[in-house]
Amino acid sequence: MSNMAETINSDSSEELDTWISQYCSMFGRDWFVEVDPEFIEDDFNLTGLNSSVPFFREALDTILDLEPETPIRQQNLPLVEHAAELLYGLIHARYILTKQGLQAMAEKYEQKQFGVCSRFYCEGMHLIPVGRYDQAGIETVRLYCPRCCDIYVPTSSRYLNIDGAFFGTSFAGVFVKMYPEIEEQCQQSRNRVYELKLYGFKISPLAPSGPRMAWLRSTPQTVEEIAEYDACEFELPHDEEVDVEIYDDDDDDDEEDEVQVSRAIKVTPKPESKRADDASDSMKSIVKE
Amino acid sequence: MEDEAQATFSSGSGSEFTEYWIDWFLGVRGNEYFCDIDIEYVKDRFNLTGLNQHVDRLSYLIDVITDAHSIDESQPEAVKLRIEENAKYLYSLIHARYILTPRGLVKMSEKFKSGDFGYCQRQYCKLQALLPVGISDVPKVYPVKLYCPSCQDLYNPKSSRHHSIDGAFFGTSFPAMFLQAYPELVPTHSTQIYIPKVFGFQLHEHAKLTRWRVHQRDKYVKNLLENNVNLSGPGGYVEDTDEKPTGKR
Ligand SMILES: [Zn+2]
Ligand SMILES: [Zn+2]
Repeated sequence: MSNMAETINSDSSEELDTWISQYCSMFGRDWFVEVDPEFIEDDFNLTGLNSSVPFFREALDTILDLEPETPIRQQNLPLVEHAAELLYGLIHARYILTKQGLQAMAEKYEQKQFGVCSRFYCEGMHLIPVGRYDQAGIETVRLYCPRCCDIYVPTSSRYLNIDGAFFGTSFAGVFVKMYPEIEEQCQQSRNRVYELKLYGFKISPLAPSGPRMAWLRSTPQTVEEIAEYDACEFELPHDEEVDVEIYDDDDDDDEEDEVQVSRAIKVTPKPESKRADDASDSMKSIVKE
Repeated sequence: MEDEAQATFSSGSGSEFTEYWIDWFLGVRGNEYFCDIDIEYVKDRFNLTGLNQHVDRLSYLIDVITDAHSIDESQPEAVKLRIEENAKYLYSLIHARYILTPRGLVKMSEKFKSGDFGYCQRQYCKLQALLPVGISDVPKVYPVKLYCPSCQDLYNPKSSRHHSIDGAFFGTSFPAMFLQAYPELVPTHSTQIYIPKVFGFQLHEHAKLTRWRVHQRDKYVKNLLENNVNLSGPGGYVEDTDEKPTGKR
């Protein structure tokens, strides 16, 4: 990769593989889509990135296959290459939230390129890459299953060095909002809860191996449960009887955080991206699967 | 693959060393979830009650498994293959019973501790070791699944070579029996839940469902506490603060 500068020649660059297409075709990089150079050329889309990426200008030139204004010193080449990968990843996280980027990711999703959920009751639901942090260098990419609404560590080790920030914390949310068919497909099949049994008998709820996690996969079914669910619209139901402290050492700060985050708002798809109609069409075939 | 092509048992003739049938069986690709059954257990006909419905020539097959009899090499290839298939099938059926015995549980606990059944990929299970389980005790119905004692859910094996292993060879009761026998191996359960976010805001429907689920948990926990169940040890809950790790994992 470091000898890219030599191979670039402004006259024949159209025939050559671009830095972007080369980067995305490398082993273990198949989850990345190719960001449209026009998106990168628009400074507005790069707002704030120059402070989080070293050698920003050089890295940007590298990504766009531009001759650097001042030649890069030999000793800095690996650093610039690394910075280019970081910058590309952070731009990628922004790009996949645009109409074009979402469409490109939807194609990959449809082809199961991010893998399928290994949870038995998810019946091979396609996964969506997501980061738990938007800041690079904290955690590698995770996979979100829209059926069990849970996140998983990639099974293949080739993805274990891909930064989660290169997909970002908003991607899974924007994706399922953008393609409501996915959510519709999942809702009908969400209430499968596995129950451990011994010779056909359920384990006592009081036993250590009792159904301690049944709540995690449950969905409201009965009339009472649905009423209870409706009461959860903005906060946990105020039921004095159910006011329990499950942890030994309680931490009041955390409790407050939880209250705060539970005040979620309804999110509408990104304003700039009008409904990606052609992409939704392609998603309909997924729903039929 | 070469070793798959040679995955038939030939008892000795030609090779310099003879391998025990059980060792050969355990070494076949895809059989990693099986433990070795004590020969005494296989020989005790009491343990095999009812299995003659599933295989012909039960006594002969027991001899093959326990190396008391080697497969007659002069027989036609098809016959030898059938005997071998039946011996594998019988061993697997015995296996489902054996792993519920104290000896079998010990052997499976060793495999569990060394991660032979794989680890849960769920983020909040933090690589909890899995246990094999059947969805049915009737053979040839469902392939083997994996039970995670942390999220208490069921997963498909990661590797495709385990997708054709019959779940009845492990049975529906194994994880429950195992965790009852080893309560100290029951893990704690993370209460963390992932809620998709858009620009920092949780998706409303997901947050609402999560609140309802938390409410269900609160009711369940209240019942446990009323019954004086100790929740500070195995089977209890842990609240992960989700501290940002310093390096990439
Ligand atoms: Zn799932
Ligand atoms: Zn788990």
